Amino acid sequence: MLRFLVRRLAVAIPTLFVVITVAFFMMRVAPGSPFDSDRRLPPEIKANVERKFGMNRPLGEQYLSYLSGVLHGDFGPSLKYQDKTVLDVLRENYPVSLKLGLTAIVIATFTGVSLGVLAALRQNQAADYLTVGVAIIGVTIPSFVTAPLLQLLFGSKLGILPIAGWDKGAFPNMVLPVTVLALPQIAIISRLTRAGMIEALQSNWVRTARAKGLPEHQIVTRHALRAAILPLISYLGPACAGLLTGSLVVERIFNLPGLGKFFVVSALQRDYTVVMGMVIVYAVLILSLNLLADLLQAGLDPRVRLA
Amino acid sequence: MTGVTLAPGSSRGAALMETAVKGRGLWDDARRRLVRNRAAVTGAAVLAVLVVLAIVGPWLVPYRYDEINKDDVWLAPLVHGHLLGSDALGRDLLARLFMGLRVSLAIGATATSVSLVVGVIWGATAGYVGGAVDEVMMRIVDVLYSLPFIFFVILLMVTFGSNIILIFVAIGAVEWLTMARIVRGQTLSLKNKEFIEAARAAGLDGAAIIARHIIPNLLGPVAVYVTLTIPGVILAESFLSFLGLGVQPPMASLGSLIASGAQDMELAPWLLIFPSLAMIASLVSFNFIGDGLRDAIDPKDR
Repeated sequence: MLRFLVRRLAVAIPTLFVVITVAFFMMRVAPGSPFDSDRRLPPEIKANVERKFGMNRPLGEQYLSYLSGVLHGDFGPSLKYQDKTVLDVLRENYPVSLKLGLTAIVIATFTGVSLGVLAALRQNQAADYLTVGVAIIGVTIPSFVTAPLLQLLFGSKLGILPIAGWDKGAFPNMVLPVTVLALPQIAIISRLTRAGMIEALQSNWVRTARAKGLPEHQIVTRHALRAAILPLISYLGPACAGLLTGSLVVERIFNLPGLGKFFVVSALQRDYTVVMGMVIVYAVLILSLNLLADLLQAGLDPRVRLA
Repeated sequence: MTGVTLAPGSSRGAALMETAVKGRGLWDDARRRLVRNRAAVTGAAVLAVLVVLAIVGPWLVPYRYDEINKDDVWLAPLVHGHLLGSDALGRDLLARLFMGLRVSLAIGATATSVSLVVGVIWGATAGYVGGAVDEVMMRIVDVLYSLPFIFFVILLMVTFGSNIILIFVAIGAVEWLTMARIVRGQTLSLKNKEFIEAARAAGLDGAAIIARHIIPNLLGPVAVYVTLTIPGVILAESFLSFLGLGVQPPMASLGSLIASGAQDMELAPWLLIFPSLAMIASLVSFNFIGDGLRDAIDPKDR
């Protein structure tokens, strides 16, 4: 188990380093600067501002000092929002993405697993076809199609839900964005659960459980579901990372003040430090959730550890 | 995925017997199974229609996709000869839709080709050479795999401005990783087969063996993955267009049409609904074809 963990970390840490390096140099090599605006700054003032943020030094030196800052937990000041550090900016925007993402994950996992189990138990019956239908719709229709269509239907035609806005996370404002975020996940999760359940229900240990005379609901929940859920875990790792860092599209369409919406704005404004901070948050989340999924799977399934 | 469980035992058994008699190859077998899959056939038919429309469609409409008619602003469908209506600048939606379809499908095909070439060569080399080379090449894939790539694509678009070539390259660069993994896995299982041994004994060098013997034998799983990559690419481009980083106006793609349609949906819902339908039709048919192909080529892996 320890060897397994070490091997995974041996990939994760260099990856994080590559992410930071590539993102840093990509932004700097690109044309444009955070201090370009409609009003052109006189060269002396621009030089002054650049000196203040240490941007007059050679790029390599800036990179090293940024790297050592990050290692000490200092992500630097925002270049666009005066008197705010990158951490301030993240702290303000991140809770919105987090709340949306967590709600969507919980709903998607619960609904998806239930639908998948139901479909597997009623294979080739109406409930099964319904699940497969939902899965096809959820997988193939992108969120930027479902979101405006739902806005059109529930927001403007029926007028029962707000079209957009956050309103400090009020329930009616959450319904549509969470639905749009959860729908594709429900589709994939139910598909994975269905496939896993069908396989598990044909296994020897389920036959043994039946032979022991266990009631059907116990066979399903205690024996079959436990095995069926394994492939789900390795899927949920990266999926959670994606949802928790905020969906660029959903936050933009519903005009929610989250991390995803902020990312594009900051990148357009060349707010180097803020963009770097977001890239790092995303990378750390995705790497650690993947690691967690791997560990969980290794803990649950001895075959993985040996591989 | 299609949810239809054929009776595998009987049909496969029959197919096997006929193989023995007539010498039916893997591909004939796969084609037979594919043709019997109704969802895949429907998908292929819809896709064929969409491709034809994308190619000839723009010439069938009496308007150009970027033609501004200031007297025909915000027309509902079927008014003034605008079959699907017109937008805020009086541009004909049908003409723009055909153009968008053309651009989206072209990006899908091109970026997928990029990922196909890079992924197949990378994966086949890693798998065939093996050892330290394999280790290094696949570690690179692992590291790239865990990069938040969509962030990089966005950074790329934002910093270098969005031109179509860059979109091709950026999306293709993301998509080749899975291809490389699939191809490597297949190569590993192929390389100890007798016919490879025979080729080596006959004096062929590594590159020739990869090109002439490994790659042709990989085509099955690669074909399946290609049909699932194309919709992925179309989605990725639409996603960029939606964020305003993809195709720039007056050019259109399905994503950019949906994006602008979503802004005007209260005034002119048709601007959102028709492009969305076209998008859904193409994505669903690609997925049906891909799933059908997978079932046909490898009936076990369902």
